[in-house]
Amino acid sequence: MASLDRVKVLVLGDSGVGKSSLVHLLCQNQVLGNPSWTVGCSVDVRVHDYKEGTPEEKTYYIELWDVGGSVGSASSVKSTRTVFYNSVNGIILVHDLTNKKSSQNLYRWSLEVLNRDSVPTGVLVMNGDYDQEKFADNQIPLLVIGTKLDQIHETKRHEVLTRTAFLAEDFNAEEINLDCTNPRYLAAGSSNAVKLSRFFDKVIEMRYFLRDGNQIPGLPDRKRFWGGTFKNLHYD
Amino acid sequence: MSFLIDSSIMITSQICFFGFGWLFFMRQLFKDYEVRQYVVQVIFSVTFAFSCTMFELIIFEILGVLSSSSRYFHWKMNLCVILLILVFMIPFYIGYFFVSNIRLLHKQRLPFSCLLWLTFMYFFWKLGDPFPILSPKHGILSIEQLISRVGVIGVTLMALLSGFGAVNCPYTYMSYFLRNVTDTDILALERRLLQTMDMIISKKKRMAVARRTMFQKGEVHNKPSGFWGMIKSVTTSAPGSEMPDLTLIQQEVDALEELSRQLFLETVDLYATKERIEYSKTFKGKYFNFLGYFFSIYCVWKIFMATINIVFDRVGKTDPVTRGIEITVNYLGIQFDVKFWSQHISFILVGIIIVTSIRGLLITLTKGMYFVSSVLLIRMSMPLEYRTIITEVLGELQFNFYHRWFDVIFLVSALSSILFLYLAHKQAPEKHMAP
Repeated sequence: MASLDRVKVLVLGDSGVGKSSLVHLLCQNQVLGNPSWTVGCSVDVRVHDYKEGTPEEKTYYIELWDVGGSVGSASSVKSTRTVFYNSVNGIILVHDLTNKKSSQNLYRWSLEVLNRDSVPTGVLVMNGDYDQEKFADNQIPLLVIGTKLDQIHETKRHEVLTRTAFLAEDFNAEEINLDCTNPRYLAAGSSNAVKLSRFFDKVIEMRYFLRDGNQIPGLPDRKRFWGGTFKNLHYD
Repeated sequence: MSFLIDSSIMITSQICFFGFGWLFFMRQLFKDYEVRQYVVQVIFSVTFAFSCTMFELIIFEILGVLSSSSRYFHWKMNLCVILLILVFMIPFYIGYFFVSNIRLLHKQRLPFSCLLWLTFMYFFWKLGDPFPILSPKHGILSIEQLISRVGVIGVTLMALLSGFGAVNCPYTYMSYFLRNVTDTDILALERRLLQTMDMIISKKKRMAVARRTMFQKGEVHNKPSGFWGMIKSVTTSAPGSEMPDLTLIQQEVDALEELSRQLFLETVDLYATKERIEYSKTFKGKYFNFLGYFFSIYCVWKIFMATINIVFDRVGKTDPVTRGIEITVNYLGIQFDVKFWSQHISFILVGIIIVTSIRGLLITLTKGMYFVSSVLLIRMSMPLEYRTIITEVLGELQFNFYHRWFDVIFLVSALSSILFLYLAHKQAPEKHMAP
């Protein structure tokens, strides 16, 4: 079994959005019975078939690193967290559909990871502009997952889903909205499962195939999306 | 006419406090979260507003603002409202939210929360029995009864906090206690943390693969045993041996995860210490260091006085600041209006201690009790003539009892926090030095 290569994906988001439940669902195909607070980082492993159903099918281990905490943590906690951000191949951003603040904090989370090489401080760029160049150069595939879909009332669903669509567009990422206590959202063959599979395939490609210099056809032009879409930005 | 003017002043200030409490709640306490229950916010702001009004009334009392009859009226009214909120509303809502979170009892929320509240009231009442509070002149549900009980709880809490604060404050501010942390220590710890994570990952990989093969074999068992069935049973190990391996590995994983959590927390601790060391080298750091020495002397004095009060069975008549100023004046022979200045200074000092220990307490809902008991204790620091109106309003509470009770709890809390901090301080360096 040593022939299976490793791939590292971070799972980020505010406290209580459901990262641990999500990771458990993705790796064990079961609902997490007793969610408790994550201290530090918890890891789980998902066995993924790259290019499933094709002759090039190969099995990979995907490590899902579930990093606990909040964006407003003390800087000592942030400094310790950066040790987990080394050699990351993919990022899953998790937010709570019932809590707008958690969606807004995703910008800060992604910047915390992308800026890990600079000294971590509690103060990010204050005048509202992101470091757009950092995002544009970003090679790491992102996926946005919204949780607690079952707690959104039918009437509000449309408005919430529009908002999350904008969010996913900002990150140039696919989005999945689900309820972590219900495995049917990720049932084989559903559109969510297809998106997830495509995301993991992309992560594996970026990790192993781009380095050889092979260009993956059809990479979207990232510059097109950064036309001042950062309107929902709040820095305290 | 003056009554109306006074009332309007009071009401505007109350509205200001309410707004302030609301903003504070939204900005500070729950900055990163979204609280959907507006009830909580309203209750918090109302409690905050009334508590601040009580404080304001004390200040007015001392400075002699507003006519005394209107002051008296507002005192009584304020006290009634606060006690109402404290004893009736807040416990009820706490019980209500607590019960709502338990899924089983979701349907019968209301009766269960009433039940919880009645239990709370029963214990609340029972609390008064061992203490010398009951005076036969007043009835059951009078203000004195409620205040005395609230006062006991509040005084206990405050004494606990002060005791801990008196010890923790010098420990935090003074750089004498800072351990020496180097970058290599941090790097070594981080490396151990990552190694532990890698070990967890490799074990989980084994489990995932084992589960997957078992899952696939499960499908094979459904097929009729044929050519493929025989080949599979030859290449994979016997079905029984997979299971105990998994539970064993799971146990190892649990232990490793616990270890990784410990390492993470230690690393956070080291980073925090390193930052404090750097901070102490700056100007602000040195200034706070100096303040720390000053405060620690004050805290040591308080502990000392508490011991003396208990041992010699004495009640605090004059506070240290007045004594200090008296001594200074007599020694230096300066013309100094002792009473005027000492009252202000002691006021400020008590205020500082309350504010610095309030930071942690503002998050909980016992704030109301906190303020009521701080009224009782501020009385101790005030010169004699101002005590009259407070006595008049609060009835014949046994103030001496409270002072004694405070001293006892303060001493106990201070000593136990000294012990606790000493153990924590000793334990930490040993953990890092271990290979």
